[in-house]
Amino acid sequence: MPILWLVLIVLAVSAAGFFLGRARALASAGGSSRELHSLPSYYGMNVAFSVLVPSLLVLAAWSLLQPVLIESSVAKLIPAEAIAEGSNLDLVMSDVRRVADGLDVAVAQGVMSADEASTTNVDGAELRATLGEIGVALGADVDESVLTAAQAFRSKTANAGLALTVIVLALTVAGFLFSYLRTNKDFRARNVVERGILVLLMGAASIAILTTVGIVLSMVFETKNFFGLHSWTDFFFGSTWAPNFRGDSELSMLPLLWGTMYISVVALLVAVPVGLFAAVYLSEYASKPVRSFAKPLLEILAGIPTIVYGLFALVTFGPFLLRMFGDGGTFGVDLMTDARSVATAGIVMGIMLIPFVSSLSDDIINAVPQAMRDGSYGLGATKSETIKQVVLPAALPGIVGAILLAASRAIGETMIVVMGAGAIARFAGNPLEALTTITTRIVSQLTGDGDFASPETLVAFALGLSLFVITLGLNVLALYIVRKYREQYD
Amino acid sequence: MYDAPISSESAVSQKDIKIAADKVQVYYGDNHAIKDVSVQIEDKTVTAFIGPSGCGKSTFLRTLNRMNDTIDICRVEGDILLDGENIYDAKVDPVQLRAKVGMVFQKPNPFPKSIYDNIAYGPRIHGLANSKADLDVIVEKSLRRGAIWDEVKDRLHAPGTGLSGGQQQRLCIARAVATEPEVLLMDEPCSALDPIATAQVEELIDELRESYSVVIVTHSMQQAARVSQKTAFFHLGNLVEYDDTSKIFTNPQDERTESYITGRIG
Repeated sequence: MPILWLVLIVLAVSAAGFFLGRARALASAGGSSRELHSLPSYYGMNVAFSVLVPSLLVLAAWSLLQPVLIESSVAKLIPAEAIAEGSNLDLVMSDVRRVADGLDVAVAQGVMSADEASTTNVDGAELRATLGEIGVALGADVDESVLTAAQAFRSKTANAGLALTVIVLALTVAGFLFSYLRTNKDFRARNVVERGILVLLMGAASIAILTTVGIVLSMVFETKNFFGLHSWTDFFFGSTWAPNFRGDSELSMLPLLWGTMYISVVALLVAVPVGLFAAVYLSEYASKPVRSFAKPLLEILAGIPTIVYGLFALVTFGPFLLRMFGDGGTFGVDLMTDARSVATAGIVMGIMLIPFVSSLSDDIINAVPQAMRDGSYGLGATKSETIKQVVLPAALPGIVGAILLAASRAIGETMIVVMGAGAIARFAGNPLEALTTITTRIVSQLTGDGDFASPETLVAFALGLSLFVITLGLNVLALYIVRKYREQYD
Repeated sequence: MYDAPISSESAVSQKDIKIAADKVQVYYGDNHAIKDVSVQIEDKTVTAFIGPSGCGKSTFLRTLNRMNDTIDICRVEGDILLDGENIYDAKVDPVQLRAKVGMVFQKPNPFPKSIYDNIAYGPRIHGLANSKADLDVIVEKSLRRGAIWDEVKDRLHAPGTGLSGGQQQRLCIARAVATEPEVLLMDEPCSALDPIATAQVEELIDELRESYSVVIVTHSMQQAARVSQKTAFFHLGNLVEYDDTSKIFTNPQDERTESYITGRIG
């Protein structure tokens, strides 16, 4: 039975369960809801959830596990000699799936009978032609072992589908009976439903955490593969980034880390003063109309996609800098040869971070209690003395947290540096020269057409994991500082 | 424990008028919060403002050092003279005025700095100390005057926010005293304190009277009776009665005053 139908049946039983459960609860109390332990709808919800949750959970888990289990058992049917030179088990298995799907389509369109489709006793070339007619193109004539595997695949899938249907329907009925028979006026349906909702909330929270764990693990495995192919001392302590496809690449993170940090520092040098001053103006000096107009306007900057900033860097700001500092430029100095440079990417990224810093700092400055300001004014301090000596010191831990969050965004930023920073990996001090960053190298190593199993490609995962660890560390530090600060006034 | 008054005005008689308010009106937008209040506050006296919540006593207190200036919609009319000079005159700098008319707030509000820096804040911004040693003297003198020196002398560089509520309030009083104001305004200074801390602060107020004119807003009639020499009763934005404290509490002239102090309105 198709899964859609199964889901609809479960939903229908669940909806019916809601009304039946509620009616049974009311009936057990003689129609008076005051006699019930909980409101009638809680009894209904108890039955509805008891039907819905176990069935859908089993359905979801089964759908995830079934393909994995069936593939691994079918893969055993393929003998080692059936795997051609230069091919591998994954490619053969994808042939198996295509053949199995093709047979299903053929039966559905009436080109083959169910019996014909189930036999292994056909000519491979003939089968390829038949399937080709109905739009399932195969790369080669069907090999006998592949056909055997495909038949096994089909029968196992069919059996599994049947088992799934039976189990889900059984669970639906069991859930309904269990909760329906439990329903009477003394049953504490409200407590049960609320506990169920608690579990639901916990589930949602754990999905977020488990996903993070999954991301980290996938990075860790690929990184491990990389360190199996390339020495870790070169990666962490080498001095040259020079990937090539002859197999003697030098893949050191340090030049990239230098570029990343340099550009981030430039970005923060732009974003922190401007953002902080903007926040002070908006929260302390601006009148209400100005504030209600300027604050959203500033925050719109935060909504601009970073690729747009990247274009701005590439098309407008970089050439502008080049006209200023390049050969024959306004300042008559020849310091810049290309529109792409540390300054181009860093300053544009700084502009991107201004609303981030100002909005966070503004919230933090506003959280400083008015009583602090009154206390200072009451001692005869001016507004500016109050801000400098009372408000900003009180808000400082929070502002530091905001700056660290901005820093971790700068380090992880990709589009602006891809378009504005250049591609040269080196330790250079001149901010008007091109450098490259960890994120740009990840993009270029993974988007080439290199072999996926080569160290030149896998290095992207090691770089990604390093970046993840750096930004995670910064975020943890920032959140720790911000939280510590919040406790002061609570 | 207590130093001689710093002010040279100790020879002036008790009857000197420090602040004279004449026909003061305060508006919050369209709301007429203070109506036609005229009052003369004497030097070296504790004056208590009493009245039910929302009667305008805190608002009136805040007009005395122009703290209402920080509220956009607030408007003040009438004259308030401090030593004969109108504090709402255009040539008066509200910042300097507040250095002369100190204020202690309802909730203790120490700055998130060390105890020492809390006290030194006012003297520093007004340039009252010429050297570090000078500042040390001012800090110690103020803390002694705030009756908190013995409790904090060993931890002057610990954060002021780490003190107990009563200690924080005395720290705030010491902080206000450190700028050597002439008038000290206190807006319900004991409402967030327990009875023991309240007793300490009240004792302190009584000592401060020897050098300053103290104006205190309070909800507690017992407190007004204990600490003040003059009492003003506010009701619905009007000053109903203003007289010697003993007279207000034993022989009020106005029916509303009598109702309030006997607990019939409030």
